[in-house]
Amino acid sequence: MPPTRTRDASGYPGFWRGLRPRKHEGRTAVAAIAFSGTQNKEVLGLKLNELGISRLHKLISSGEVTSVEVTEAVFERIDEVEDTVKAYLFLDREGALKKAAKVDLNVARGEEIEPLAGIPVAIKDNMCTKGIPTTCASRILEGFVPPYDATVIERLKASDAVITGKVNLDEFAMGSSCENSAFFPTRNPWDTSRVPGGSSGGSAAAVAAGEAIYALGSDTGGSVRLPASFCGVVGMKPTYGYVSRYGLVAFASSLDQIGPITRDVWDCALVMNTICGRDPMDSTSADVPVPDFTSFLNGDIKGLKIGVPKEYFGEGIDPAVKEAVLGAVDKLTELGAEAEECSLPHSEYALSTYYILAPAEASSNLARYDGVRYGYRAEAGDLLEMFKKTRQQGFGPEVKRRIMLGTYALSSGYYDAYYLKAQKVRTLMRRDFDRVFERFDCLVAPTSPVVAFPLGDRTADPLSMYMVDICTIPVNIAGIPGISIPCGFKDGLPIGLQVIGKPFDDGTVLRVAYAFEKNTDYHKERPEL
Amino acid sequence: MKISRGDVEHVANLARLELSQEEMEALTRQLNDILTHMEKLGELDTEDVPPTYHVLDMVNLFRPDKVGKCLQQEEALANAPDQDQGCIRVPRVLEGS
Amino acid sequence: MTTEYEVVIGLEVHVELNTDSKMFCSCPTTFGAEPNTHVCPICLGMPGVLPVINRKAVEYTIRAALALNCQVAKYSKFDRKNYFYPDLPKNYQISQYDLPLATGGYVEISVDGKKRKIGIRRVHLEEDAGKLLHEGTGPKTSLVDFNRTGVPLIEIVSEPDLRSPEEARLYLNKLRTILHYTGVSDVKMEEGSLRCDANVSIRPLGSEVFGTLTEVKNMNSFRAVERALAYEVERQKEILERGEKVERETRGWDENRRITVSMRGKEEAHDYRYFPEPDLVPLEISRDWVEEIQERLPDMPDERQARLVRELGLPEYDAEVLTSSKDLADFYDACVKHYPEAKTVSNWVMGEVLGYLNEKGLEITDLPFRPEDLAGLLRLIDKGTISGKIAKQVFQEMCKSGKAPETIVEEKGLKQITDESEIAAIVEKVMEDNPKVVEDFRGGKEKALGFLVGQVMKATRGKANPQLVNRLFRERL
Repeated sequence: MPPTRTRDASGYPGFWRGLRPRKHEGRTAVAAIAFSGTQNKEVLGLKLNELGISRLHKLISSGEVTSVEVTEAVFERIDEVEDTVKAYLFLDREGALKKAAKVDLNVARGEEIEPLAGIPVAIKDNMCTKGIPTTCASRILEGFVPPYDATVIERLKASDAVITGKVNLDEFAMGSSCENSAFFPTRNPWDTSRVPGGSSGGSAAAVAAGEAIYALGSDTGGSVRLPASFCGVVGMKPTYGYVSRYGLVAFASSLDQIGPITRDVWDCALVMNTICGRDPMDSTSADVPVPDFTSFLNGDIKGLKIGVPKEYFGEGIDPAVKEAVLGAVDKLTELGAEAEECSLPHSEYALSTYYILAPAEASSNLARYDGVRYGYRAEAGDLLEMFKKTRQQGFGPEVKRRIMLGTYALSSGYYDAYYLKAQKVRTLMRRDFDRVFERFDCLVAPTSPVVAFPLGDRTADPLSMYMVDICTIPVNIAGIPGISIPCGFKDGLPIGLQVIGKPFDDGTVLRVAYAFEKNTDYHKERPEL
Repeated sequence: MKISRGDVEHVANLARLELSQEEMEALTRQLNDILTHMEKLGELDTEDVPPTYHVLDMVNLFRPDKVGKCLQQEEALANAPDQDQGCIRVPRVLEGS
Repeated sequence: MTTEYEVVIGLEVHVELNTDSKMFCSCPTTFGAEPNTHVCPICLGMPGVLPVINRKAVEYTIRAALALNCQVAKYSKFDRKNYFYPDLPKNYQISQYDLPLATGGYVEISVDGKKRKIGIRRVHLEEDAGKLLHEGTGPKTSLVDFNRTGVPLIEIVSEPDLRSPEEARLYLNKLRTILHYTGVSDVKMEEGSLRCDANVSIRPLGSEVFGTLTEVKNMNSFRAVERALAYEVERQKEILERGEKVERETRGWDENRRITVSMRGKEEAHDYRYFPEPDLVPLEISRDWVEEIQERLPDMPDERQARLVRELGLPEYDAEVLTSSKDLADFYDACVKHYPEAKTVSNWVMGEVLGYLNEKGLEITDLPFRPEDLAGLLRLIDKGTISGKIAKQVFQEMCKSGKAPETIVEEKGLKQITDESEIAAIVEKVMEDNPKVVEDFRGGKEKALGFLVGQVMKATRGKANPQLVNRLFRERL
């Protein structure tokens, strides 16, 4: 039931500005709105596109600003920096503004709006959007327009989210730098000569650069957390099964999971509230209750037991990363948590396990790109030639490499030595986590052993690129939740702190992340573009 | 050598990938590097370890036998590179391939 | 000296289940729609889609497996079978590899009056592929219709227990009958809801080792199966007789030329790279579920046949014919329920009913009247309302119009004339008109009576009660 109020005949939402009772009295009271220049409103010295979801929700639902204003602010920012950042593959300005206007109308009518209503979101281009091209940053899907929406997109649409467009990624989400996009690499807003991380590089860069309020990414081996870490934003991979994969273009089905990329932990919890939950279209979607994730965000971590896995601080870690993460552990201890070193002895096998399992599943998942029903088709005289040429010309080098690796790992005579072996080691790795979670409520570790590296630095050597994900991969292998939040800088480049939790205890992960964030200022830093 | 050039050719054929000479050489080298790295798994005794195909302990996920909405023919073919008579047109399969 | 060979045949039979919706999506399974109208993103293998198992398909597979005397697995799962083909949208088929839904069953066939058990190795559930059409699109292209893609399909693999092409046909026929009884499939070979491939080899009689087998495909009818296998057996014999070796290969049956031809120039090594389907969770089949399905399983043909002999006293032959299809057996049972003279009903069903159906090429379910109508017809004979001869006429009319026998008798005025005075008048008229014949009879010519009676029947268009006519003549002669 909408609140009973006299409707303004003009329908202009501004009529109610300041009159509406503040129902969501939360963390910070909404301050007076100032105007900078002719169009750009500012709140607390921030432009609308720089604000978070919860703040914007208050402003929009109270009528203090309109969704159209917010959306326009985001597109103005896109106009301003996109040539430099190159986060977007497709912009839907018209669709976004239309949706924004609808939300504004709802507000004007005095209707209650959803927490994500009217707030601009960027979607990684491996999630199907009905009527909007979905390319997975691959030539092979160029021109493909899905006739259906992914479940997460349906959920966002049902919440009246404003979708700004589709953002860049490593082709089919295979990569750690966003350089494997068939179209162009995305730049790190903190240093445009560097990579934003991958594969959800477009999502993280867009959020960091203010080109979206938040974004959805997907995480198969760290693809949400790593770019979040490189771009100084918050990125979460929920427990496998919490978010429906229906409509997420599959890379490695048993590892893929969609997750939010936001500017702070509160926003992350809000997005989680909307995207999590059982979906009958996904057989691996778990039937577990979805709590209000913001209810975990009370800043209280007293007595919480935190494990610090020593293997994540080993060879190859940047000393600055190590220092920042250990500093974060101190901070958490200071806040009342009990931190202790622990061991995940099979961590050193994670990379090998992952690079068998993920490519094996990918080799099968990507078999459908054959030029028959959609996407690119090469000219050929017969069918076999058409298949081979289409795939030769349509896939980039990293995708081919993984298809080859995966096909080999599943092929006759090698299945036991590779695929089956890796699935068994997966069991050992899960047991490692089970064991430490008997003693600890969560684990903290670096998100990546390194900070954002220069473009081209690792493209020639696949293994050195794979190493970047060494700290995030085990979380996917075990199917457990993990978040990356900013915890420091090295030479002006963000460092990510990873918090890892028990299956379906995503709430605790958010709780610890929030407590840290609340008591630090790293997340408030913005890149200068 | 974990994987020979011949193996790479065979695997490429299974995966329906045509590869140039350079790609073939680069892949042979890179796959060998990666597979060598993976030899590490051999260190582990996994004889009595069951595989984890699913991280979730779920079974019997069914849908009821209910007919739902289909795509219109035009929608179904909208993305097709080539079509004819309501069908998708493809080059003919050659015998022996 | 010619060697005696033993034929070894195993059949792989694919049967489409007649669920309402497809295996992994909600598209309908109905046959014969416009191309690519029974499709959705899921069965088209669009990027991002996921399968969800149709519960009924699993239930039907279990039902079929139980009817084939199989052990139903407690734990089962789906796997991906990877191969590229344009009618396979994902370029992998969701099938079952090492943990099929059921294993270890058998089917009993009777060969020359002797019962033989043919082993069933496994029954598994998978999804069907689409259809590739080569006609009407030029020599260089093919057309793909995905309507059939994703229809649930069970594969029934027999042990190599079949010893002749005839046994293979008998097995296939029995399998079809059983599956039809279970109601899980239409089992129509001509519509492709039943398909059969065969593994054929021969070996010297008494040998323990199997010969090299060939796989025979493209057999599109029961007759084709028997013919193709007979051809293939002879072909292999000739090869061995020449001292050559049978090559392991796939051969296709060419119905026009009545030969099998090699389908691949060079045998391509199949490497399907099976692995557990990560998009589907495993199946745990509870014993309760199996029992529930077992309880609802109708009597199978063998049991039903035995019951007809035991309870109704029918001859073996009648029982076998009447149970050859479930619909026929159901029809017969329904008739007997309304008219309990089992053998009389059997004679009518096997005679008139099957005769009519064979003549018209129809199925029992095509009959426009109900079993109780046939029972009603038989009761009319018993009551003397019509004669047996008129009854056959009424039966034909029932087949044509579907009207109840009573209505037909009424409308066509076929009711037997039993009024003595009415018939007596006709009898006397006939005697008057045929004095010569009357004389013959009186002179001892028994046959002459037949002629006279015939004249009365003619005059009454068969409606006079024949017993009555006879008596009246005898009284007067």
